[in-house]
This record gives sequence, structure tokens and C-alpha cells, in this order.
Amino acid sequence: MTDKQNNVLNIENLSVKVGDKNILKSLNLTIKSGEIHALMGPNGAGKSTLAQAIIGNPKYTVTTGKILINGKDITDLQLYERAREGIFLAFQEPVSVQGLKYINFLRTAYMSLHPNEKLEYKKFIEQVQELLGLFRLDKSFIDRSLNDGLSGGEKKRMEALQMLLFKPKFVILDEIDSGLDVDALKIVAEAVKKAKESGTGILIITHYKRILDYVSPDFIHVLVDGTIVESGKAEIAKKIEEYGYDYYRRGEVNAKVG
Amino acid sequence: MQKLDENFEIKKDKYDFKTNIKPVYQVGQGLTRSVVEEISRVKKEPEWMKNIRLRALEIFNSKPLPTWGPDLSELNFDEITYYIKPEDRKSSSWDEVPKEIKETFDKLGVPEMERKYLAGTVAQFESEGVYSKIKKQWEEKGVIFMDMDSALQKYPEIIREHFGKVVPASDNKFAALNTAVWSGGSFLYIPKGVHVDLPVQAYFRMNGELEGQFERTLIVAEEGASVHYIEGCTAPTYSRYALHAAVVEVYAKKNSKVRYTSIQNWSDNVINLPTKRAWVEENARMEWVQGSLGSKITMTYPSSILRGEYASTSNLNVALAMGEVWKDNGAKVVHAAPNTSSKVVAKSISGRGGMSVYRGLLRINQGAYNSKSSVQCDALIVDDISKSNTYPHNEILDDTAVFSHEASVGKISEEQINYLMSRGIREEDARSLIVLGFLDDVLKEIPLEYSIEFNKLIRLEMSKMGAVG
Repeated sequence: MTDKQNNVLNIENLSVKVGDKNILKSLNLTIKSGEIHALMGPNGAGKSTLAQAIIGNPKYTVTTGKILINGKDITDLQLYERAREGIFLAFQEPVSVQGLKYINFLRTAYMSLHPNEKLEYKKFIEQVQELLGLFRLDKSFIDRSLNDGLSGGEKKRMEALQMLLFKPKFVILDEIDSGLDVDALKIVAEAVKKAKESGTGILIITHYKRILDYVSPDFIHVLVDGTIVESGKAEIAKKIEEYGYDYYRRGEVNAKVG
Repeated sequence: MQKLDENFEIKKDKYDFKTNIKPVYQVGQGLTRSVVEEISRVKKEPEWMKNIRLRALEIFNSKPLPTWGPDLSELNFDEITYYIKPEDRKSSSWDEVPKEIKETFDKLGVPEMERKYLAGTVAQFESEGVYSKIKKQWEEKGVIFMDMDSALQKYPEIIREHFGKVVPASDNKFAALNTAVWSGGSFLYIPKGVHVDLPVQAYFRMNGELEGQFERTLIVAEEGASVHYIEGCTAPTYSRYALHAAVVEVYAKKNSKVRYTSIQNWSDNVINLPTKRAWVEENARMEWVQGSLGSKITMTYPSSILRGEYASTSNLNVALAMGEVWKDNGAKVVHAAPNTSSKVVAKSISGRGGMSVYRGLLRINQGAYNSKSSVQCDALIVDDISKSNTYPHNEILDDTAVFSHEASVGKISEEQINYLMSRGIREEDARSLIVLGFLDDVLKEIPLEYSIEFNKLIRLEMSKMGAVG
């Protein structure tokens, strides 16, 4: 799955509601292998909704549109089936499961995601420990409970660790930068670059420009009120820094951008 | 649905099969004085044992059913068969055990476990022990491990000295019933200073419906001795109930250590009402480990009476209440001497309408100064239709005692399931992971063979559950 193949994630005309509330409205987005996309937007714009809709959280109802991987429609697939198609989300707030050791969780997940690979337990442990080292986490983490008693920064690093371990086709990082100090942010940014190099297509969801200084995205999209109002390159991030998201709300996009 | 990822193949319940065998002898249905006399006569027992039985019958008749806990009204004492003798001979070689019975225990893996890691085995089918053996090296050191009926014939003095002292017939209605009609069970005797470093196991198999199994187990660990006793129990499924009412008496003498592991996986028509209690003397340690997987109704509260200074006990209880079952589990500890300590950990899982109850009694007597105790009970409820209750009863009568009690009730959340599923894990496997995580710290106390069974069973149960929400 990691070979430099040309995978394409297509989000076509996607509208999503939660309960009775329409959140995403006719959203279009295409991500290819090895690309880094950043999705920026104010609170409540629908950034996390997009993440949850892509992974298939049943609370989020797709009312129009499709999600496709390499042309295969995955819109009606369950969470675990989409994961097996190569979708991975680094959660903004991953839940804890008391007593479920990381090593058991990681191993079960890995075997589910790569059923045809013969997994040698010893090698797998070595691989996980190596990654723990990369993220400056103690080796003893393999025996700790899933997200139980971890600091905010440790949880984020464990999410990023899974991204490298599971080798998905597409990764969504939902506010991976929140709660990270500069050092941890750099480590995570390195991991994102690593994933990109191995051919993973990446969507970074963020409120702030900070992380983008370290990963330099290929595309930036601005999401306001459930719609992508602008797409472009690095200059967009600067604009947001300068004027804030209100700039897009006032409908001045066309007036000032050109 | 049945075949998950290659490592998680779910097998049908391997315990649910019936053995075709004609008993060599059985009493008629119902419980009368003549049935009790008949059992004693067939067993060629000494007069004093017959008298103990007859007194117990009177006590049984005079006591009402418990008015608390699960509903036992289904029990009709007139339709139960109290004694079924499957075979005349008792063997110490599996080759001599009748073919059908040997095959039964083969299927259950009993001889295999014996070969792999046990110091001795007693196997009981219906009312009688059919096989017992203790490995030579332990026999030479004076360790005795055999079925209780044989022990009564061979060592009547030891039995008479200890029988019914820890659990008197008057303790409760089912202890009285057991004392009146007991048959089989195991007798384990460890001489002074002997450490049996491999576990011994007794395996109890019931084969019919409307029958009772009333084994009687007596464990005597002399001064400084140590032993780990494992008990396994299974039965095939029937539409009508079967009654299992055992009595277990343990003597942990000065400086001794006894671990009693019980893994019951009775079929879901079995009503399981054992009484288990230990006397723990000075500086001795008693450890109860209970894995309660099966049965329709279980009421069991293994007890430790800490009679000597520095005596200690632990009680670890894991109960699975899946489907229309009621698990009433718990522990009793009486601190009757200074500097004694106890630790109770109870964990339960309820699902598919199951009810799990923790019911405990913790008493620190006045004068049992500097005693310590902690009680922790955690329940996990896996759906919206199942229940869990906790009834701890604590009597702390000494001011110097240190006592703590913690209880928690948790549910599997949708967020947890979604998170695990987003990592490619199917819903039922996600539930299994959460449940096994919840049990992690207690499962490692269970012998490996049984904890693998536990694992499989939880996966099987979780695969029966419906979708989220």
C-alpha cells in the first residue's frame, strides 16, 4: 500500500448533516498520493464533520454526493471497511479504553488492515518501539492502556505514530497541532513529511497556520459555513493570518483576491 | 460472521455434548429420609456419616429458600434425582475408565491438561469420581488427592476431624442439602512443609437435566504447606434445569498458602449454588480466584475467616452475565485476629439482558487491630438492556482498621467502538477488545488454558451482540 502508486481520493458534491442540521454543503475535494492539503476554517465551519464523514462515522449522514477511492464508491461502507480501503484519521480527541494495551490494539488493528501480511509478533514489537523512539515516547507505552492517562501531546503523538505504522493510502489529521508544544509539533511535522514521501495523500485540518510553517502544504482550502470558499497555495494562509476568517464571511473573496 | 480475521476463528461451544451412558445405579426422584439412608448404604459409609446426613436433612427441611437475590422458585426438590452412579469402578488410569466417560473427558481436554501441567487430577462424572491420580513424587511426600468417597473409606479419621466444621450444615439451606446427599468431590491433603509446585485439578461434569450434583470438597494444608487447586465445571444444555450445590471446606493452617481457582462454565440451564469457605490460621494465606462464565443462576460468595494473626486472603472474581442469566457473586471476609489483611476485586460484564450482582460481606471484628482491607468492584455493561447491582456490606468494628471500598459501573461508549472501527476492526472485535481490556488485570490471574477459553468465550458473546445504539 505504501508503494508510490497513484491513489486518488475524490469527494464529490458532498453534503452532510448531523441530526437535523446541515453542516457540509456540496463540497468538492480531490487528494492524490503524496500531496499535502490543508483545510483551514473558523470554529463550526464543518472541518471535523468532513473528517468524520470521510471515515464513515454513522452519526454523520451523507445527503448528497459521494466519496471515492480510485474510483470505488466508499460512501456506503462502514467505518472498518473504509479503514481497510486505506482511510486513516488522526483524531482530534481520541477516546481512552482502560486496560486495552497499546500493543494489543495496534496488533489487532494492523492485522485487520493488512490481513494478507504475515505478522511476526517480535518484529512487530520492534517496529512499534522504533516508532515510539521516533516520537520521543517511552518504550513502556506498548504496555499502557489506549489513551488512558496520557497527556494531550502524548495522545497526538500516538495518533501520528499509528499513521506511520498502519501505512494508509490517505490520512486526515484533525487538529493534530492543538495542544502540542513546538518540539512535539516538529516531530509530528517530520512524521507527516515521512508519510508524504512514502506516497500517502494527506489532509491537515487546522485552525491555525502554525503547523503549515513546518510541513508546507501543496494546497490550502478555506472552509466557511460548510463550503470551500477558496483554494490555493501558501499565500492563502498568510491572508488568513492577516485578515482572519471574517474576511471570507463578508463575501469579499472576489473583491480582494485575484 | 463466524470467521473473523484468521486468528479469531470462533468455535461452537465445545462443552455442549451429551454422553450416552446407562448409570449402574441411581436413586429415584425426590428427597426423603430413605433416599438419604440409601445413598449412605450404597456407599458403605460409617454410621457417624449417615447420622450427619440425616441431621442435615432435617435442617434442610426446616430452612426456607433465600428470600433475596435471584428467583429460585423453579427448583422443585421432588423432581430432582439426587444420586446417579455412572460406574462401579474408580480408576487411577485413564485406560480403565469406561470408554464413553473417557471420551467425554478427552473432549474436555482433561487428560491433556493433566499431562501438560498438573500434579494431580480428580475427574467426576455425575455423582461419582471416576478417576483420580496424584503424581508419584507428591504421593511419596504424603500428598493425598482423591475423590471424597474413597477418602472417607481410607482416611475416616481425617475426614471426621474436619468434615462440616468450616461449613456446618446449618449455614444455609443448600449447605444442608449438600451435607445430606453429598457424593464425590475431592479430598486434598498436603502434609506439613510440603510445597506442591504444580496445580492439582478437579473436573466436574454433569450430563443430565433434573439432576443434582452435590460434590463435597475438603482441602487441608498443614503447617507451612502450599498448593494450588483448580476446579473446572461443565455440562451440556437441556431445556430443564440441573442443580449444582457443592460445599467446599478449606483449612489453611499456620504459615500455609492455598490458592483455589474455580472456573465454572456450566451450561445455561444449571442452577449453581455452592458454599465455599476457608479457615485461615496464623500467617497463612488463602487466595480465591473465581471465573464465573456459565450457568443460568449462580449464587456464590467464597469466604475466608482470618482466625490467626497476620493471616491474609485475596478474592478475585470475574463474572460474565450474558443473556437471561443472574450472576450473584461476591466475597465474605471476617477479620477475627489482629494484623490480618484482605483484598477483594470483583469484575463483571453484563450483556444481552444479563444481571450481575456483587454481594459482599466484610467484617473486621473488635480487637482485630491493625487489620487492612480493600474492596473493589467494577461492572461493565455492554448494552442498554442489561443490569448490574452492588450490595457491599461492611462492618468495621475496630477503630484501628484501615478499610477502603471502591465501586464503578461503566458502559461501552459509541465513541470507543467508532474509534476502534476506524482502525479497521470489526464491531464485535472492538467490543471484545474493550471487554478484555476491562478484564485485563484479572485474567492474568487465571491459569493460561482457562484464560484462553475466557478470551474465546468473550469473542463469541460479543459476536452475538447487535449493532451500536
